[in-house]
Amino acid sequence: MTSSVVVTGLGVASPNGLGTKDYWDATLGGRSGIGRISRFDPSQYPAKLAGEVSGFAAAEHLPSRLLPQTDRMTRLALVATDWALADAGVDPEQLPAYDMGVVTASSAGGFEFGQGELKKLWSMGASHVSAYQSFAWFYAVNSGQISIRNGMKGPSGVVVADQAGGLDAIAQARRLIRKGTPLIVSGGIDATVCPWGWVAQLAGGRLSTSEQPERAYVPFDAEAAGHVPGEGGAILILEDAAAARARGARVYGEIAGYGSTFDPKPGSGRESGLRRAIELALSDAQVTPSQVDVVFADAAAVPELDRIEAAALNAVFGPRGVPVTAPKTMTGRLSSGGAPLDLAAALLAIGDGVIPPTTNVAPDEGYELDLVTGRPRPAAVRVALVVARGEGGFNSAVVVRAAD
Amino acid sequence: MSEQQFTRSDLTRILLEGAGAEEGVDLNGDILDADFEELGYESLALLETGGRIEREYGISLDDTALTDVHTPRQLIELVNGQLLAAA
Amino acid sequence: MTARRVAITGIGVLAPGGIGTKNFWNLLSEGRTATRGITFFDPAQFRSRVAAEIDFDPQAHGLGPQEIRRMDRAAQLAVVAAREAVADSGLVLDELDPYGIGVTIGSAVGATTGLDTEYNVVSDGGRLDLVDHQYAVPHLYNFLVPSSFSAEVAWAVGAQGPAGVVSTGCTSGIDSVGHAVELIREGTVDVMIAGATDAPISPITMACFDAIKATTPRNDDPAHASRPFDGTRNGFVLGEGSAVFVLEELESARRRGAHIYAEIAGYASRCNAFHMTGLRPDGAEMAEAINVALAEARLNPDAVDYINAHGSGTKQNDRHETAAFKRSLGEHAYRVPVSSIKSMVGHSLGAIGSIEIAASALAIENNVVPPTANLHTPDPECDLDYVPLTAREWRTDAVLTVGSGFGGFQSAMVLVRPERSSS
Repeated sequence: MTSSVVVTGLGVASPNGLGTKDYWDATLGGRSGIGRISRFDPSQYPAKLAGEVSGFAAAEHLPSRLLPQTDRMTRLALVATDWALADAGVDPEQLPAYDMGVVTASSAGGFEFGQGELKKLWSMGASHVSAYQSFAWFYAVNSGQISIRNGMKGPSGVVVADQAGGLDAIAQARRLIRKGTPLIVSGGIDATVCPWGWVAQLAGGRLSTSEQPERAYVPFDAEAAGHVPGEGGAILILEDAAAARARGARVYGEIAGYGSTFDPKPGSGRESGLRRAIELALSDAQVTPSQVDVVFADAAAVPELDRIEAAALNAVFGPRGVPVTAPKTMTGRLSSGGAPLDLAAALLAIGDGVIPPTTNVAPDEGYELDLVTGRPRPAAVRVALVVARGEGGFNSAVVVRAAD
Repeated sequence: MSEQQFTRSDLTRILLEGAGAEEGVDLNGDILDADFEELGYESLALLETGGRIEREYGISLDDTALTDVHTPRQLIELVNGQLLAAA
Repeated sequence: MTARRVAITGIGVLAPGGIGTKNFWNLLSEGRTATRGITFFDPAQFRSRVAAEIDFDPQAHGLGPQEIRRMDRAAQLAVVAAREAVADSGLVLDELDPYGIGVTIGSAVGATTGLDTEYNVVSDGGRLDLVDHQYAVPHLYNFLVPSSFSAEVAWAVGAQGPAGVVSTGCTSGIDSVGHAVELIREGTVDVMIAGATDAPISPITMACFDAIKATTPRNDDPAHASRPFDGTRNGFVLGEGSAVFVLEELESARRRGAHIYAEIAGYASRCNAFHMTGLRPDGAEMAEAINVALAEARLNPDAVDYINAHGSGTKQNDRHETAAFKRSLGEHAYRVPVSSIKSMVGHSLGAIGSIEIAASALAIENNVVPPTANLHTPDPECDLDYVPLTAREWRTDAVLTVGSGFGGFQSAMVLVRPERSSS
């Protein structure tokens, strides 16, 4: 019998709320963090809206020694980790160093830091590049910095699978705990709202060009035409359930199941692997479709991708067979941070008995989804499914379950 | 450029910009002969600091000279020596 | 129920001086070096101007014009290595359930070369803060998020199981394969296409390592610039490359009569929680990773026949690592041959861990320990048997390969001869 793994701490940095409470209040209240980009002038670009984390003053939270060597995504991740550990009631100094590890997801690394150094390189020359470039922008930076700041020497890792990576990190954390490491810091934070990141995102071809914040990201709506990217995400503290119980920790819920697949090569005509990923996650959690109380959808807002997701959900749960929601309509899609934030929302939904809404969407009835729109829906939530897809064909699904 | 001097306040400014300051360390205090390690600056911070000084003052600090420097006073003297040589 | 075990049944390697497994092994066993003055761009402005470059023609390796356009060089290397590995394994993937085949590709720096080149264009030589999207290549998103590498490999081999990139800096190549081993052991899949790739020889990479003086300035003698464990070592030589493996559940590989290079018997990773680039001299965390990997492989320290070292050729790494070997293996550290192939193929960041796994498997296959090239001057702090200059015929049943990287990651993997592991 493999031991169960539970979440005991949350640290949230979201466009619509900094800290778990602000995020959850905003999410239940339908308040969006999407707006015109403020960090740079987006006038010349076809897409002008983003979900920016506002009100984050890194210097208030982190020592000045760390600031020159860190990208925004790392600062957010370090602070979110501090909050998650405090929320879990864990003081890392009191635990054996090898009993704690860090597994984060990343999509783009410290891209804004890299932008600055690339500019210096190409405009002024190689000798102008910072000594910190060698690590501040690479994908492993958040796991490394979190491990150093908190003295965590256990098995650690970094996964990249675009948006799906956020769930793959959680699954890897669970795997490491089952192999014997009592506590893993996991999740993901990305932040690419800078001109260079924006141009790279635009090349992906999936950004909404709408300039109306309330119409720009409307998955499962007849007018869906791409998404709004955002920054931020969530850090979660995962622990061995027995160890968490032994120390009397408050438990948000259990990471009960996981499944991951990859789509067939485009043009093959074969079915997407998404349905299979969902089925694998349910089977791993030993729950039947009828036991699932809510699905947090990937919600790509690209019509073809919305169709694929709706078809997968309907094949598993039946048409309108389960409440579906996408609170990321209030944050934008956060790359590797998106799915960990959805997991946080799912766990909070379990705790509060309420399904957060999908905002701004008038569901296209053709999708045959029971989409929770407009306002929160009270519901006893014991089991929630979180779905995430990454560009290229990555499909991951995680089942979370109320702690007994 | 021949009049250029590298002062303690120049060093403090560049250290703060490039590496911040360790909590509990006052760079305006009695630090000139303190070991950089004691002040919380490891070799990476000194490499960044050295790079910033080189770019701002248009000098070149050779590899071994920089690793032989252990205190702010030694670094200030090294930079001023280079500035004099370049003048 | 007996625990599932994992075999390497196919190897594909593209390394400097050695495209293809045979050429790669010839280079290593002959102790030749592939480091040279940089030819990819004018290196005049850099402190370090040597690298281990691959003379790679993607078209000659079967990549089509559109594949070449949409892939960064690192992805191209990985796809070619993956195809080579699958061909080597004799496995007909089309006959298997695609959901039973997964992909993990390690990479430390993703599409750095592509990003570097494209930034120069969209910023018009660094002039524009608001970079111009109209000059971006259509596949720039593939460079932004390097999971595109594993997508390309999955498409190339028809895999539909779990896919992703593992990016733990310079231990990525070990951690990617270690992750794949776990997926087979736990029963999620039966076959993994796993390995790593990096193609970082680009101005931004040279500049960032110049800034911390991590790369060697030995520009006057490029062929002998990579000098792990030598008293005159003064930094690593940047390299590039890819190694990809076909990993299979051992019993099913045996049933189909596959050639098994080695069993991957143990793996562990730890963090030093100390510094993003610095290492404590005692090597404690690497030693811990080694001990855990050996325990997983159920081997005593004195059963290790060869250590394939990280051996980057920086002052601090080689000292740190030597301490870690003594700490984990005790007196046996002085008896076991240790070598660094980075002396010959350079340090290809995230890729090198997988390339070193390939070298380890081939050492078992051939009963030959590759040498540490360019090792002439003893260093009192590096006092083990580093197999200087020439390869050694040596009964090699169990190999320990290790990696150490920025971020503090320390990883260790144990490979054993398949006969020995049969129960």
